[in-house]
Amino acid sequence: MDFIKNFPFFSIMLCMFCAIVNSVLGRRASKYMTRIVLGSVMCLSAAVLYYTIKSGSAYVYYMGHFPAPWGNEIRFGCLEALFSLFVSVIAFLSTVAGTKAVEDDVEDKKENLFYILVCLMTSSLLAMSYTNDLFTGYVFIEINTIAGCGLIMVRQIGKTTVTAIRYMVISILGSGLFLMGVTLLYTLTGHLLMSNIKEAVVSITESGEYRVQFTIVIGLMMVGLAIKSGLFPFHLWIPDAYGQSNVVSSSLLSSTVSKGYIFLLIKIFVRTIGFDVIKTTGVLYICFTLGIVAMILGSVMALHEHSFRRMIAYSSIAQIGYIYMGIGLGTAAGVAAAIFHIFAHGATKSLLFISSSEFTEGSHSKTIDDLKGLGHKYRFSAFCYSVGAFSIVGFPLLAGFVSKLLLGGAAIGHGPMQWIALLALAISTILNAIYFLKTVIYLYIPLDAEHTGKVSDMVPEYRMNCKEYVFGVLMLVVINLVLGLASGSIIDVINNGLEIFS
Amino acid sequence: MKKERENDPQNIISGKISGKLKSVYRVSALVLAVLLFFMLATVMIGMPDIGNKNNPDNNEVAKRYIENGLEETGAVNIVSGMILDYRAFDTFGESCVLFAATICVMIMLRIDGQTKEDDEEAQKVTFGIRQSAFSKIDSRNYEPENDSILKKSAILIVPLILIFGLYVILNGHISPGGGFSGGAILGAGLILFLSAFGFSTAEKVLNAKTVKIITLVSLLVYCLAKSYSFFTGANHLESGIPLGTPGAILSSGLILVLNICVGMVVACTMYSFYALVRRGRI
Repeated sequence: MDFIKNFPFFSIMLCMFCAIVNSVLGRRASKYMTRIVLGSVMCLSAAVLYYTIKSGSAYVYYMGHFPAPWGNEIRFGCLEALFSLFVSVIAFLSTVAGTKAVEDDVEDKKENLFYILVCLMTSSLLAMSYTNDLFTGYVFIEINTIAGCGLIMVRQIGKTTVTAIRYMVISILGSGLFLMGVTLLYTLTGHLLMSNIKEAVVSITESGEYRVQFTIVIGLMMVGLAIKSGLFPFHLWIPDAYGQSNVVSSSLLSSTVSKGYIFLLIKIFVRTIGFDVIKTTGVLYICFTLGIVAMILGSVMALHEHSFRRMIAYSSIAQIGYIYMGIGLGTAAGVAAAIFHIFAHGATKSLLFISSSEFTEGSHSKTIDDLKGLGHKYRFSAFCYSVGAFSIVGFPLLAGFVSKLLLGGAAIGHGPMQWIALLALAISTILNAIYFLKTVIYLYIPLDAEHTGKVSDMVPEYRMNCKEYVFGVLMLVVINLVLGLASGSIIDVINNGLEIFS
Repeated sequence: MKKERENDPQNIISGKISGKLKSVYRVSALVLAVLLFFMLATVMIGMPDIGNKNNPDNNEVAKRYIENGLEETGAVNIVSGMILDYRAFDTFGESCVLFAATICVMIMLRIDGQTKEDDEEAQKVTFGIRQSAFSKIDSRNYEPENDSILKKSAILIVPLILIFGLYVILNGHISPGGGFSGGAILGAGLILFLSAFGFSTAEKVLNAKTVKIITLVSLLVYCLAKSYSFFTGANHLESGIPLGTPGAILSSGLILVLNICVGMVVACTMYSFYALVRRGRI
């Protein structure tokens, strides 16, 4: 066996190890430790990605001395490796770029606790992406939920505690429904291992037994994960959770944590149960409808929002809608577009959240009206924010454009669904443009006499002096460009990954 | 206008439902709950009968656990063998859930001084003595007059509880029990000890530092031991861990060690939750 096959296991355990050791380290030591570990996980995932692309097949790795279904196992193909690379890159860049924000928001003695949570979150996302077992998936969903709660709470102002409790209640409802789904599926199939479930599902559908039960089980798992990722009717926790917590937490929660659940859902749909079976149950229509509603309503709500950070949070609801719409189309192209949108949105949202921190902290204000003229003061952040805004609106060359193109392309040829999808895409894009470009225009508004005084009183570009911030944000801009310009090869990897997925 | 809304404590949380919408929400919530109930009831009625030997879950997976479990893991208690050997990765995840929960509770409830002196000051503040930077949280340090009935009965009961807890942990691979249940018993005993004798006595046995070290060492041992075992297993190497004679106290390879680790983590988690809620530090 090639040594490289150990890498997924190493990366999960390395993060766990780092989390445990961080509990006795001081703030500086834990910061550097986390950076080193996340950086090495990045390299390990990249190596796994290269290896799996080159060989073009997937591998199984025993977690212990016993083969699955008796023991645990993880499985990795190029899609899992790509997702892990994405998670570790975003986690690394967000923590590096937001170092200053973390120092500002988190009490000195609790900073190591923050880094513990970042490590636990990363390791659980890696495990969720590599796992080949539904119950292992559930265990790591739990770690993710609790770490998410802590990440919201880590900025200790009264509001965040309330928000975190609310997030926990809603999120645990989601985990509960998912667990119910897993146990019922176990009763029906007798397995927890994804490949074995698939065999059992084929025989169940052929015999025609347990039809109703089976549909409800799939529905339970789908709704559970949709609640956790914040799909439209279950989105109420999003604006507060992303709008009030520390920027690093917001960017991690919106670009990686909620995407981890969606990735697991895709894994369940494509790999565990099989897309052909899923299509017969009608769950995909629910995904599609809710996705379309989220795309439009999320944007409308963002349009009505005055608070700057919450506006970005509301736009996440719309973007989650795009992903579910892609899955709901029920074709390989739709799922590939959804996966690409996961990456595009993750890279863009973390860029937006982190670069927005300079405006909200620097000017001590949080409404959109207060942004007027700040682009002249905070030049670097305003530029990076604008790149993010253009990307999410769908400006060519950037990540958002490609994902919208892919989603539109995947929708074509679906009868009546195609018109609904295309119309919703168009409306949502226009609404996106209205509220995101409004902030960009506000940033670069020429200053009149009244505002000049106000702006020059503000805190100087203190984040600019922080080299880590500049590096992290610039790298996020570069990732956006890479996703936009080199989209072809990434889509190839996604398509290959989906092929060997099932 | 917007700003007023934000400052109003009633509106701290967005999405607060007002007036007319409230009744709509209530009715729809009720309808939804009833619908979910009937849906789940339908599922339950149509499920395979419990205990039927033709059920899909009565398959080769359970068969191997029952027939070969003792031989392969060396644990008489098959459940311990399953959770700590066959599926140890899941159990490692579960211990990390506890760890994450402790961290979250610490973030929310731990009160730290700004400097080292503040911390020392805070350490000194027990029972009624204040004049520190912590005057506003002093009620946390207030301890009621120690109850002599509680004290006397605690002296009798606590050692028994602790010994029983240790017994359950150490015999986890031989008899029903194991790290999770034994750790919970240990934690309960420690909490009883703490409430009977107060923090000043309890700190001689368990303070923030010892709790931290015990948790760290247990989790690290678990992480490293299992990593070794996963690595050797996946690469088809001999792990070289003897399984011993089934039924003996020193048997079943790593299971005993892992049970002790899990037990320590659970006990420390319970104790620190209680201490953090009581006074904001361990």
